[in-house]
Amino acid sequence: MARAASPRRRLLTTLAAWFVALLIFFPVLWMILTSFKTEASAVASPPELLGASWTLENYVEVWSRSDYPRFFWNSVVISVGSTLLGLAIAIPSAWAMAFVPGKRTKDLLMWMLSTKMMPAVAVMIPIYLLFQQLGLFDTKIGLILALMLMNLPIIIWMLYTYFKEIPGEILEAARMDGAGMWSEIAYVLTPMALPGIASTMLLNIILAWNEAFWTIVLTTTKAAPLSAFIASFSAPQGLFYAKLSAASAMAIMPILILGWFSQKQLVRGLTFGAVK
Amino acid sequence: MTLSLRALLGASALVAFAGSALAETTITVATVNNGDMVRMQGLMDDFNTKHPDIKVEWVTLEENVLRQNVTTDIATNGGQYDVITIGTYEVPIWGKQGWLASLNDLPADYDVDDLLPAIRGGLTVDGNLMASPFYGESSMVMYRRDLMEAAGLTMPDAPTWADIETAAAAMTNKDAEQYGICLRGKAGWGENMAFLTAMSNSFGARWFDEAWNPQFDQPEWKATLEFYLNLMNNYGPPGASNNGFNENLTLFNQGKCGMWIDATVAASFVTGKDSTVADKVGFALAPDNGLGKRGNWLWAWSLAIPASSTKQDAAKTFINWATNKDYLALVASKEGWANVPPGTRTSLYANEEYAKVPFAKMTIDSINSADPNNPTVKPVPYVGVQFVAIPEFQGLGTTVGELFSAALAGQSTADEALAAAQTAVADEMKSAGYIK
Repeated sequence: MARAASPRRRLLTTLAAWFVALLIFFPVLWMILTSFKTEASAVASPPELLGASWTLENYVEVWSRSDYPRFFWNSVVISVGSTLLGLAIAIPSAWAMAFVPGKRTKDLLMWMLSTKMMPAVAVMIPIYLLFQQLGLFDTKIGLILALMLMNLPIIIWMLYTYFKEIPGEILEAARMDGAGMWSEIAYVLTPMALPGIASTMLLNIILAWNEAFWTIVLTTTKAAPLSAFIASFSAPQGLFYAKLSAASAMAIMPILILGWFSQKQLVRGLTFGAVK
Repeated sequence: MTLSLRALLGASALVAFAGSALAETTITVATVNNGDMVRMQGLMDDFNTKHPDIKVEWVTLEENVLRQNVTTDIATNGGQYDVITIGTYEVPIWGKQGWLASLNDLPADYDVDDLLPAIRGGLTVDGNLMASPFYGESSMVMYRRDLMEAAGLTMPDAPTWADIETAAAAMTNKDAEQYGICLRGKAGWGENMAFLTAMSNSFGARWFDEAWNPQFDQPEWKATLEFYLNLMNNYGPPGASNNGFNENLTLFNQGKCGMWIDATVAASFVTGKDSTVADKVGFALAPDNGLGKRGNWLWAWSLAIPASSTKQDAAKTFINWATNKDYLALVASKEGWANVPPGTRTSLYANEEYAKVPFAKMTIDSINSADPNNPTVKPVPYVGVQFVAIPEFQGLGTTVGELFSAALAGQSTADEALAAAQTAVADEMKSAGYIK
């Protein structure tokens, strides 16, 4: 039987948790604070906080100098599109691997994961050429495909883990009731794995939103998302930290808000099956 | 309606549609984020009015990302960009590789002979103009006139390094956070090495001899680095090894630097609205050491056309508009003469209105005193004042910059940094095949 933690221990644990949370969040917090400072305050040494000069000018300038809504819309389409397409491919794949495994399923899963360890720059030229030849360069559909393929191993792995938690007998029962493969996946498996699918979806939207290599390499004007928007605010004379922070804050805010409201779902999904 | 009438109307509509589609050419301009480029984007109405048949789309990227993307595009013959913003470092390299289209056939009103000779020389490869300068810059001394007066000193228009040291000592009051001199210390080929390479020219140092042997083991480099370290350690701000252009600009604008030697483009910032010392700033040429070369650099952001572009005519029309004398007049009429992109055309400096801008004369004198083809006292096999125009230089410059920045931070001595630089550069030059 588990022993109740003492109040002192609980206090210490809580304080430790807050400390770690603040430590992790501090760079983001500092960036947001910097975005409201003047350039002089932003690079002051020692760093200024209470005595800093506060301003909204950075946001005004960033907004006036770029087409933020276009970059934002591209980010939404690319991250949501690549995630939905990835799920459409990964759900049947993970179902097959979880419930109809072959001799080499584990090897296949490991191989898929190993592709994530390859440095992206190693395949930059072939993919660049491929995109040019296929007319996918600087198109949203091109980036949706690229990011979907990039994140597919993670989607399949996460779904595979969730599906393994679902008793095979339930699917068997559905089959005995006459459900075909697609009905089984669509009407039995998917509703049962919905929390896992939702957290996979959220995580992949975040990954796709934050991707900053392919999105910059494979776009110029039409399909450039918010990562390209941030890259445009670095100046040859150096980093103008306050403006760069304002641009970064504008780029991460939507995904930060999404993450904040869905954190319960995310944690639940990420820890699903962690304790058996 | 008869069938033939319908057919006629349909055909007319098709022709009209095809005509309008043919009439508009869209060009993609890749650029960096600096004030002059941003200003140009704000003046596009003028171009659109004059050239309604050309639509311009902008891609603004960080300098190194732009370099990477454009290099990839040109090397793969992608043709994604029609006009690229390119630095003085890339022009000789890319021009020799045939990656850029020649701009020799720009219209007569472009007036190529009006370009400043030093800038034009850096953008010309085998007699062909490969890029058109949008703005040019050199480096110079920006100093506090009030502090110099208080110290009983006068800054010569063309100071020596000894003058700079004397002034730095006189203006330093560390208790009051007043530092005699602020210089770049942050590692990078375009950061501390831009300054130190230009400075080394005035000490007679060079990166390579005529046979591409590295020269960091020579007394000229030792004199350069020791002078720099002594100057910064005695009279510079704390943590200078982290300071680049922006950090020094902030320090100067806060009134904490007696002198700052950096890009001429900074003159408009230190005399601008964000500066607390705007009305107390004087300008002088970059220092020399009596050897006939000054420690100033030469840089231009220019517009070029990748050879892979399929819209070169429209691209040339755009470049002619953006780098023509008429564009300078347009900026002056909308934003004042102080905001005109400097350092590209002789006629600008002959203009009486522009001559009233406080830093105009020193900027042109600085640019004219730099020679990218003969950057230092001894002969060299390379082009470039504050860089060496070979593809390996970015890596080499950053490696050496890290060693020198570490020396400034007190992690090594000047001798150790120079010995490590000599070894690192020699190794790279051997593996690149320049030397055996």
